[in-house]
Amino acid sequence: MALPQGLLFSKDHEWVRIDGDLAVVGFTDYAQNSLGDIVYVELPKPGAHVQQFGNIGVVESVKAVSDLFTPVSGDVTEVNDALERDPAAVNRDPYGDGWFLKVRLKDTGETKQLLSSSEYEKLIAE
Amino acid sequence: MNQTARRTALYDEHRKLGARMVEFGGFEMPVQYAGVLKEHDAVRRRAGLFDLSHMGQFRLSGERVAPWADTLTTNAVATMQPLQARYNLFCSDNGGTHDDTIFYRLGDDRWLLVVNASNAEKMWALVCDHPGGVRLENRHGEDALIAIQGPASASLLQPHVDVDLAAMRYYFCAETEVEGIPALIARTGYTGEDGFEIFVDGAYASNVWNDLLRAHHRDGLEPCGLGARDVLRLEAGMPLYGHELTEEISPVQGGQAWAVKLSKPAFTGREALAQQLESDVYARVAGLVMRGRVPAREGYAVYVGDRRVGEIRSGSFGPSVGGGKNVATALLERDAATAGTVLAVEVRGARHEADVAPMPFYKRSR
Repeated sequence: MALPQGLLFSKDHEWVRIDGDLAVVGFTDYAQNSLGDIVYVELPKPGAHVQQFGNIGVVESVKAVSDLFTPVSGDVTEVNDALERDPAAVNRDPYGDGWFLKVRLKDTGETKQLLSSSEYEKLIAE
Repeated sequence: MNQTARRTALYDEHRKLGARMVEFGGFEMPVQYAGVLKEHDAVRRRAGLFDLSHMGQFRLSGERVAPWADTLTTNAVATMQPLQARYNLFCSDNGGTHDDTIFYRLGDDRWLLVVNASNAEKMWALVCDHPGGVRLENRHGEDALIAIQGPASASLLQPHVDVDLAAMRYYFCAETEVEGIPALIARTGYTGEDGFEIFVDGAYASNVWNDLLRAHHRDGLEPCGLGARDVLRLEAGMPLYGHELTEEISPVQGGQAWAVKLSKPAFTGREALAQQLESDVYARVAGLVMRGRVPAREGYAVYVGDRRVGEIRSGSFGPSVGGGKNVATALLERDAATAGTVLAVEVRGARHEADVAPMPFYKRSR
């Protein structure tokens, strides 16, 4: 799957789409594919403060538990509640319906720590 | 990947099929091909094809095999008929489990013993330490094992073999050919479905694998990895060595007391196992169904109220249990291991309710 336009990436295989001071965070296609069939997603509560690259939850496949990290710092404004009933959306549509959370950014300068799509493509090709 | 991991005769086939490989029992094994849930579904609805060539295969022969095996194992061996297979366990003096195995009686004096991959070296040393006039041949890694499992197994396999599979009873076997290749076919498995296990010389394994897959992939036969196999066996309430049975967990504790025959006069572990059967103080492995969506995983603590009563030994999402529930096994204090008990499993610091449930979690309709 070609990477969608306009996203930044973390080395932990999360994507982030930034619009002003609001960021949407999800798992990359590479991440969902590596993990396999996802059966449970545990996300922070709206209002929580999260720290860039901090552990904010877990994503569980049938057989494995993986930590979820946030590529940006800020206050969580919304989480994708639909994943509670339909965690497989992360497999099906990682850049769309499978998004995890929205974060109100504190410091847009943090994005310097993230990867462009070409840098991320290089990372996953290794 | 560990440099020393061995490859089964089907390694190249797995790579061609795009399998994700992991090390298991000293071998590079496919953990999944198309995905655990898709493979699981194929076995429950149609059929799946598994490479189990990592399992240890020991050929035993001589007149003394049955009496020899009866002193080393918990289940009865001498009462097996030719072409019968039987689940059996090797225990230590204190009742702990060395391995759970299957004996196949091929003829009066010829036997096959299949042991877990992870225990193959330990078990080979064990049988060699007890000679007893039995000829032993270690075929581990030489002979391949391919399983076809699922409700369509008999109809898919039948055109390739010259025995009547419908006439083969569960836990019986036949020495025959698959597409002209000498094979032992047994109606055994580890998925909770009907199915067959095919033992062939490793040199011909890829022929059998490809013949079956090419002929029946379009009929719903899917190559399946160890990921799906573990979910299938857990739903079917079957123990996995290292989880429900260990050197510390006896067959009585692990739910396999049915395979402990105290009617046999003497075998290793008999006294300890007899005592465990009579006493109520020994922890038991029980089945758990989580009420919520959080999966229980190995090692998680289990509570009744504020009292810690045990820990999870295996845990997974079980697609075939009640429309999809998280199921687990736990080693629990005796009084907590009764169906209907409400437990709490600690997951990342939070408690989640679970019910002790009878196993198997899933039973096929016949």
